[in-house]
Amino acid sequence: MTRRRIWFFVVVYSLVFVSVIVWITLIRRRAQPAPLESATSGSTTTPPGRKITARLYYVSKDGTKLTGVDREVPYGEGAAAQAQQIVSAQLAPVPMPLVSAIPPGTALRALYVDGKGAAFVDLSKEASVAHTGGSQDELLTIYAIVNAVTANLPSITSVQLLVDGKEVETLAGHIDLRKPLQKNLTIIEAEPAAPR
Amino acid sequence: MRAVLRRTALAVSILALALFSSDLLFSQQTPLTVLTKDNNTVVRRTLPTTSINDQEYVALDDLASMFQLVVREDALGALSVTSKGKTLLLTPDQPLASIAGRVVSLPAPPVRQGRRWLVPVDFIGRALSLVSDLKIALRRPSHLVIVGDLRVPRVQVRYDTSGAFTGRVTMDATPRANSAITQEGDQLVVRFDADAIDVSYSNTVTAPLAAAAAQGLLQGVRVADAVTLTFTVGPRFGGFKVTTQPSDTSMRQTIDITNVAAPQSTDASPQPTAPVAAGPPQPDLGRPIVIDPGHGGDDDGAKGAQGTKEKEVTLAVAHRLKTALEARLGIRVLLTRDDDRSVTMDDRTAMANNGKADLFISLHANASWRPSLAGATILTARFSAQDEQAAHAVASELLPAMNGAARGIDFIPWDLAQIQHVARSEALARSIVEHFQGKVPVEMNPIDAAPMRVLEPANMPAVLIELGYLTNAEQEKQLGSPDFQNTIVQALVEAVVRFRDEGR
Repeated sequence: MTRRRIWFFVVVYSLVFVSVIVWITLIRRRAQPAPLESATSGSTTTPPGRKITARLYYVSKDGTKLTGVDREVPYGEGAAAQAQQIVSAQLAPVPMPLVSAIPPGTALRALYVDGKGAAFVDLSKEASVAHTGGSQDELLTIYAIVNAVTANLPSITSVQLLVDGKEVETLAGHIDLRKPLQKNLTIIEAEPAAPR
Repeated sequence: MRAVLRRTALAVSILALALFSSDLLFSQQTPLTVLTKDNNTVVRRTLPTTSINDQEYVALDDLASMFQLVVREDALGALSVTSKGKTLLLTPDQPLASIAGRVVSLPAPPVRQGRRWLVPVDFIGRALSLVSDLKIALRRPSHLVIVGDLRVPRVQVRYDTSGAFTGRVTMDATPRANSAITQEGDQLVVRFDADAIDVSYSNTVTAPLAAAAAQGLLQGVRVADAVTLTFTVGPRFGGFKVTTQPSDTSMRQTIDITNVAAPQSTDASPQPTAPVAAGPPQPDLGRPIVIDPGHGGDDDGAKGAQGTKEKEVTLAVAHRLKTALEARLGIRVLLTRDDDRSVTMDDRTAMANNGKADLFISLHANASWRPSLAGATILTARFSAQDEQAAHAVASELLPAMNGAARGIDFIPWDLAQIQHVARSEALARSIVEHFQGKVPVEMNPIDAAPMRVLEPANMPAVLIELGYLTNAEQEKQLGSPDFQNTIVQALVEAVVRFRDEGR
């Protein structure tokens, strides 16, 4: 056996060994039950660069509905991490001609998913204090987030919005936020805009 | 079976009319009480009855003197009963009466007793009401004859233990009658806004409130006068809370009674002050309308580019609306805030629930990220399927009623109270949109439903009106102008008038 051949075997065996370890780790992670998944801003296990296409919601031309727009969103491992990426993208400012239904400055503080398919989306106080104050806009703000999470993640069936870590009665004085809300299809404009 | 039930019903019925007739029990010879109204005072007279073969009879000449009838017996033994030109014929051995070619069946033929003729008591309701020009109604279970237009609601009282130490009295007044519930010493006094009450106890045959007595919460109940029911409180009585649930035909009041030692509320959710009518009964001004000027205090609501604040627009329109509604309908209109102050969501709705309001109208002004958007919107409450199920689960608790049928209990959690009024609220929304047309700009789809926080607990038809968009330059000007506010108010008054007329 030549020296080169020995080196070749060492490299091949090491590769196989490493692959097996990685594979086992992945299997174990997938099998683990996650009763309360959480993903807070900044803590993500996403491989850099990987993207998914998600439908996000913006203010329709006439201002009374939400328009669905397909956009690229970073991949997140698991429902909570993916929901976090989707909500972060939904909260981010958007270029014209899209108009965001989210009060400026609103940030995602944390996002949890319970074992019953409810996501808890904790927003910064701007969601409430920077709101325009109309029930029309309040509906759009709420359902842009609720629909973005539930439409893209079938395992999440309802969303409760929190502000500054606390349960709130309303964002701007009209819509009851004390319970998780379900997807609202009637607020979505009939013909979604073409995917970007 | 039906006969047994009827007899049971008879045995447990308590008549409110005999003065201070506490714990009165009926035997088969219970006289009928005849109620008439004379110069706005209710007059009660008794009409003796005789029982023959399980059939109750009244003497024809007693009826004749009471209702100014002329009774004649002809040679063939036929009886004629005449009142103001109308004649009714009775044949001694036939269970029939005939009047102007119309034949009315009776449960038994007339019976002669000595010199008197007796007719079955059902004669009063079935035949006498046809010859007399007065409205005559017989209520057999309560031995009551009502002559003329008297408001005599049937009041069904039941008691259920709601926990080891707490219980609930449920009173259903049909047709709807308001009542004021106060504590006076060791009595819980329920005064009905009616001419008389016709009380029966639906779930306890032997002793009304036996369960409450066992718990030490209530000791007894009696009819204190024609329109008053009093409960004597027991040694463990700690407090009470009243909720009102009007339905189309009846008014339900529930009195939740707590124990001295029991925690005030075991419910985790915040429960606003219960609707307790205190003091002597108010003069009947009808049920009020509650107007809720949105936002206030620290909460400006939406703002226009020129600085117009939603809280100011809503308050100004509310004041105008109150004046206009009071002038037009002659009813009380209450505002959830009269000045620039913050009021919690629950307090707003509680004012309507506690005041037994007929309508709850919340006034708002809208805002949009699209400055071109204009027009009014009317919002009603929408509930999730889970909420509907939760309300249904409570509502479908069926209880046996006196007549052997089942009766639903419609006690619904505070936050779901609006569920049973959604259809009427939508009708109100439609009426408002109709009256806005051509006067007040409305959005393309002006009626919407959403989980509206302030409407969900409202136990009456309730809508939230977004009067227009402050983020639209032209609408901001409009909403701040007294002329436009008056136009809104006039349209709303017409809408409310129409809605109330339709509801009758």
